[in-house]
Amino acid sequence: MAQVYTSSVIGASAERVWAAIRDFNALPDWHPAIKESRIEGGGPADQVGCVRAFRLQDGGFIRERLLALSDYDFSCSYSILESPMGVENYVASVKLTPVTDGARCFAEWSAEFDCAQEREAELVALIGNDVFQGGFAALKARFGDA
Amino acid sequence: MIKVSRSTILDAPVAAVWEVLRDFNGHDRWHPAVDRSALEGGKKTDQVGSVRNFVLGGGERIRERLLSLSDKDRRLRYAIVESDVPLMNYVAEVSLKPVTDGDRTFWSWSSKFEAPKGRERELADLVAEGVYDAGFEAVRARVERRSPASSAPLQRAAGGAAIDGLAMVIDRHGGPEELHPARIAAPPPGPGEVRLHQTAIGVNFIDIYCRSGAFDLLQPPGAPGMEAAGVVVDVGPGVRHLRPGQRVAYACPPVGAYASVRTMAAELVVPLPDSIDAEAAAAGLLKGMSAEFLLHRVHKVQQGETVLVYAPAGGVGRLLCQWAAHLGATVIGATSSEEKARIARAAGARHVILPGTQSLEDQVRDLTQGRGADVIYDAVGRDTFAHSVAALAPCGHLISFGQASGPVGSWDIGSLAASSATVSRPNFAHYTDTPAKVAAITERLFHAIDRRVVTVEIGRRYPLSEAAEAQRALENRETTASTILIPNENEESL
Repeated sequence: MAQVYTSSVIGASAERVWAAIRDFNALPDWHPAIKESRIEGGGPADQVGCVRAFRLQDGGFIRERLLALSDYDFSCSYSILESPMGVENYVASVKLTPVTDGARCFAEWSAEFDCAQEREAELVALIGNDVFQGGFAALKARFGDA
Repeated sequence: MIKVSRSTILDAPVAAVWEVLRDFNGHDRWHPAVDRSALEGGKKTDQVGSVRNFVLGGGERIRERLLSLSDKDRRLRYAIVESDVPLMNYVAEVSLKPVTDGDRTFWSWSSKFEAPKGRERELADLVAEGVYDAGFEAVRARVERRSPASSAPLQRAAGGAAIDGLAMVIDRHGGPEELHPARIAAPPPGPGEVRLHQTAIGVNFIDIYCRSGAFDLLQPPGAPGMEAAGVVVDVGPGVRHLRPGQRVAYACPPVGAYASVRTMAAELVVPLPDSIDAEAAAAGLLKGMSAEFLLHRVHKVQQGETVLVYAPAGGVGRLLCQWAAHLGATVIGATSSEEKARIARAAGARHVILPGTQSLEDQVRDLTQGRGADVIYDAVGRDTFAHSVAALAPCGHLISFGQASGPVGSWDIGSLAASSATVSRPNFAHYTDTPAKVAAITERLFHAIDRRVVTVEIGRRYPLSEAAEAQRALENRETTASTILIPNENEESL
C-alpha cells in the first residue's frame, strides 16, 4: 500500500476555501491540471456516491466516486474508479482545518493506493507534486500564501 | 460542556516541535504560565498514566494525567486530575501535523471541560489565550528559524535618513568622569533591526563595571547601558513582532543604552504590556530579569527554604526579597542602616541583619536554629564572600552575582566542604542570549509585575547628560530603589 501526504497553509479562512472546493464537480474551476468535469447521470455534486468524470489538460480521463463529504469537518473522500495511472484501491481525502491565529487554514490532501512496486515512487511523486501540491499552489495563488 | 480549540503554524519542522511537546514534564522550561513541573511517583515523562504537578506563576497547583501519547500521530491527550483553577472534566489534546509545503508545522491544541456557572467565558479565555496561545508563542520563540546575523548592519535598507541624538560615551575605561556627551546618528533599521526613540534608561551596577573595565562588554569608544524603554520609530525588513509607535523595552547586551535614539537587533526588544510604563520598564527590566533567573533558574527557590539577600533595599535586592517571600521562602536581608532595613522588611524580609557585635554568619545561625541559609544571593563580593560561605546551611547554595565591593579573588574550593556548598557565578548574558530565553524571562516577570508579586520603584531620575552623577551616586551607595536616566528632547540637537 503506497501512501501520499501533502499539506499546506492557505491564506483564507477554512470556510472560504471550503466554499471553493466542496463542489465535487468544480475541479476545472480551481485545479490547473483539470480541463473539464461532469457528474454522471446529472445528479447533484454533493450527493454522496455520485461519480465525477473529468478530463485532464493532457487528455487523460478519470472517473472518481464521492465516498464521504462533511461540511462540518471541511473534508471529503473519494475513490478512483477508472484512470490511466495504473492504480488500484485508490482512496484520497481532502481536509481543511482552521488556524485560529490568523485568516488562514491548514489544508491536507492524502491518498492510499496499490500499484506495481516499480512504479510506486514515480506515482507517489506524480500524485503528491502534480496533483495535490499543484492544487494547493493554485489555491494559494487565489487566496494568498500564509 | 465548553470547547476550546486553538491552532497555529510554526516555521519549524514537525520533528523539532514534537521533541519539545512530547515531554510531558517540560512545560516549566517553556510555558510562561508554568513555574514548576514535577512527575509523581518516579514515572517517566513519556509513560502513559504519569501525573505531572504544575505550580503556576501565581502559585496555583494543577495535577494532570497523560492519557495517551503517540509518536506516530504526534498527538497526546491529558486530563486534569486536580486543580486550584476550577476546570472540571477537562480533557485536552495536543496534535502536530507536518506542513509538507515548506517543512513547517500545524499545531492544534484543544480541550473540553466544564466551569462554574458564570465563569465559563473567563475560563475559556484563560485556557485559549493564557494557556494555548501563550504556549504557541513560547514554543515558536524556541523553535522557529531565524534570519542570520540580524544585528549585522551589512544589508541596510536603502534610503531613509539617520536620526540625530545624544549618547553618553566613554573614550577609555575609568571613573565616572570619563562619561561625556556625544552626538550620534541612529541609521535606518536594516533587516531584522528596529530603531527606537528611548524615553527612559536604566542605570545598573553592571554599567559601572563596563565603564571601569572590570567587565569587557564595552570596548571604548562607546556608550554603556544595558536597558531602556521607548517607542518604535521604524522597523527593518523581516521584523514581524514590532510596529512603529509600539511601546517597547529591552535589557541585554550589547551595551549602548545610554542614548536618546538607538538602532538595534529587533529580536532583543520586547513589547510592553499596557500595565507597565516606560519608566518602570527602564527601572525594572534588567533587575527584574536578573531576579527571575536568580530565583527560578540559577536556583529554583522552594517553599520553606531560608534565603539570605544582601543589599535588600537595592534594585535587585528588593525584587529578590519580594519574589522569594512570594515563593514561600523565609527571607533574611543583610543591610547597613535602619532605613534600608525598613525597606527590606516592607519587601518581605522576615528578618534583617545589621552590622553589630556579632558576625553576619553568627546572626544568620541565631535566626535559623544554627542551620544557616539554604540560598545566599551575594552581589557585594570581596567584603562578604567569606561571611556568605560561613553562613551557608549544609548543602547550601551561594550565588555570587556581583562584586560591588571588589572582586572576590581566589578561593580554595576545599573550604566549601565545611557545608558541602555549591557556588554559582551566573552571568546575565548567558541567561539572556537568545530571544527565546528573553521571552520566557520577561513573560514571567511581566506576569509577576501585573500581579504585584514584585513592584518596581524608582528612586532617582537624572537627565541623560548627568549619567556620570547617576553612576557616582549608585557607586557611593547613596541610592535606594532604581535609578533612571531621562533623555531630554532638547539634547538631541546638542
